[in-house]
Amino acid sequence: MNMLRNATLAAAAALALTSGQASAAGAEIKVTDFAFPFEGPFGQFDQMQLQRGLQVYTEICAACHGLKYLSFRNLGDEGGPHLPEDQVFAYAEFYEIFDQSLFDGEGDFRPATPADKFPMSNLSNAPDLTLMAKARAGFSGPYGTGMAQLFQGMGGAEYIASLMTGYVDEPECALEGEPMDGYYNIAFAAGGFPDSCKGDHGEHLVPGSWIAMSPPLYGDDVTFEDGSSTELEAVAMDVAAFLMWTAEPKMMARKQAGLTGVIFLTLLSVLLYLTNKRLWAPYKNKKA
Amino acid sequence: MAGIPHDHYEPKSNGEKWLYSRLPIVGLLYDTLMLPTPRNLNWMWIWGIVLVFTLVLQIITGIVLVMHYVPHVDMAFASVEHIMRDVNGGHMIRYFHQNGASLFFVAVYAHIFRSLYYGSYKAPREVTWIIGMLMYLLMMGTAFMGYVLPWGQMSFHGTAVITGLFGAIPFIGEGVQTWLLGASAVGQPALNRFFSLHYLMPFILLGLTIVHIWAFHTTGNNNPTGVEVRRTSKEDAAKDTLPFWPYFVIKDLFALAIILAVFVAIVGFMPNYLGHPDNYIPANALATPAHIVPEWYFLPFYAILRAFTADVWVVQIVQFLSFGIIDAKFFGVLAMFGAIAVMALAPWLDTSSVRSGRYRPMFKWWFWLLVVDFFVLMWVGARPAESPYDMISLVASTYWFAYFLVILPLLGVIEKPLTPPATIEDDYNAHYAPKSDSAPVVNPAE
Repeated sequence: MNMLRNATLAAAAALALTSGQASAAGAEIKVTDFAFPFEGPFGQFDQMQLQRGLQVYTEICAACHGLKYLSFRNLGDEGGPHLPEDQVFAYAEFYEIFDQSLFDGEGDFRPATPADKFPMSNLSNAPDLTLMAKARAGFSGPYGTGMAQLFQGMGGAEYIASLMTGYVDEPECALEGEPMDGYYNIAFAAGGFPDSCKGDHGEHLVPGSWIAMSPPLYGDDVTFEDGSSTELEAVAMDVAAFLMWTAEPKMMARKQAGLTGVIFLTLLSVLLYLTNKRLWAPYKNKKA
Repeated sequence: MAGIPHDHYEPKSNGEKWLYSRLPIVGLLYDTLMLPTPRNLNWMWIWGIVLVFTLVLQIITGIVLVMHYVPHVDMAFASVEHIMRDVNGGHMIRYFHQNGASLFFVAVYAHIFRSLYYGSYKAPREVTWIIGMLMYLLMMGTAFMGYVLPWGQMSFHGTAVITGLFGAIPFIGEGVQTWLLGASAVGQPALNRFFSLHYLMPFILLGLTIVHIWAFHTTGNNNPTGVEVRRTSKEDAAKDTLPFWPYFVIKDLFALAIILAVFVAIVGFMPNYLGHPDNYIPANALATPAHIVPEWYFLPFYAILRAFTADVWVVQIVQFLSFGIIDAKFFGVLAMFGAIAVMALAPWLDTSSVRSGRYRPMFKWWFWLLVVDFFVLMWVGARPAESPYDMISLVASTYWFAYFLVILPLLGVIEKPLTPPATIEDDYNAHYAPKSDSAPVVNPAE
């Protein structure tokens, strides 16, 4: 029985990989348009928010999930959490890493250094979180036009924060049928869904679906040294911002390069416009 | 064809003469750059330069990416993340390459629709058109294989779907699919060969670019009037044209700078907007995405592929007449490739005596409907295959074929075209009359 339950959870987690766009299949999800400081061409990561998010990740998410593409040294990067070097070392040492080169190739555990990557999760139903904010950026609506993403900056961070705050009481229709595995979440698309909540044509009458992950945050789960709010929504946004950074650690450098490029090319096109106008002037008597 | 009469390169110094008698390469470059070009080219004639630039951009960024990429099913995804995180400037190089594909297709679609409107495909430019269509097919192949390389969810399952198309060919399909993949399923052999071909094909494109340019340098450029440059004398030709350098090079570079400003804004501020988020999930054969959606530039043809389902009566008739050999799946594949084939046949399907759409009052409407149709197909290609999208894609697909197979041949017979100006000079002067105070006429097609 327990094995069966595990298998179901694993299947739900595998399905979870496909969520994002799955909302188009008829399963509506409720994703809130949170205001993150890094949205838009001039948006910046809030260093303090990333550090708070790191704390939430460390104290809560890391129990099950991993960040296998992220190196500890990245925590000291400018445009990221920008931890001082000694804190990066101290943070890395907190983790144990399996090193194949120790013990004459037999391998052994040792404390991590900044050069190591975060450990990956050993749980099959806990997907790696490094890229989650980019893998869940699929709000191409309304009607597949992509306007929500373009004009409201809706992306994966919104999804993650909505998922963290999306645990609500099961809808009444779910109580009529067989009890569902997992937890009802209005932002999760790819989980189980009871037949008693479907309409005549199989359409979903309530948003979201049932997710295997128990609610990770309730509010007041952590204590922030900077005295920031520890309400559920605030903490959810902090960890969502942190995961946006783990997915896109070069975002600040990229926007800077983009801005420089746009300014340079705009100036260049003005110069080329004037050159072109002068070049063609003998052949175009447009002077009125 | 003798070409448009103009001044050719004459070696002057002894050094130039020495080289010229051994290898006339300077003369070749001179004549290429100084090609007499119709004065009246409008802003839709800038896409060729954009395409050449993008091809070079893709080759250069691609070569750098290859230095860090690992074509192995267990390492490809992580190596792309390594590029994004650890390689100096790697995130910009990769985003330029990734979005460069989109720039490439924006430019090629603008280029193709310009040719369709101004009749650039018509005699004597059929060879230029056919080579262009070949390049377009190669571009699609290259883009598809490149999309496989990061080995994300869409890479993997997209490969399964697209190679599955070949599996729909009757009798030999399964064998062809296995041959393409190098195995019975998508895996290491497919990744390796796609990597190899993705590196090779841009260089074939580069070669075809030269042939493409050679072909239209032989016939001369088309222009918005569709009237040929006068070849009666050097003086007449000079009244219709200006040399490519510097007049059109500077004009094209100005347009390119503006387009690149938009492109850099997309790369810098929203590099993943045009991509599919599922490709940031490592490939997993056991978890199929809910919707397998190709990149935006394939969507119109993907919509045509999906439009012809088993309940469409045309499909049922064909299936009956072919004794079941052509089933709905194979019909869809034929329709998708057929959609490009009918476009390639446009030079022979268009019966009108007038080249440019500017002087074809009825053609204009049908042409703009085709443009709208193209965008409808693009939109519906990304929607789930359910009502009402199935009906929309069927109607839109039908119009695509009707435009080339029915409307183009018929219009030449029933349409009364306007009279184009006698010469390019007349057209140019009508817009930029020498010593005239009249404001230039705005060309609606610009």
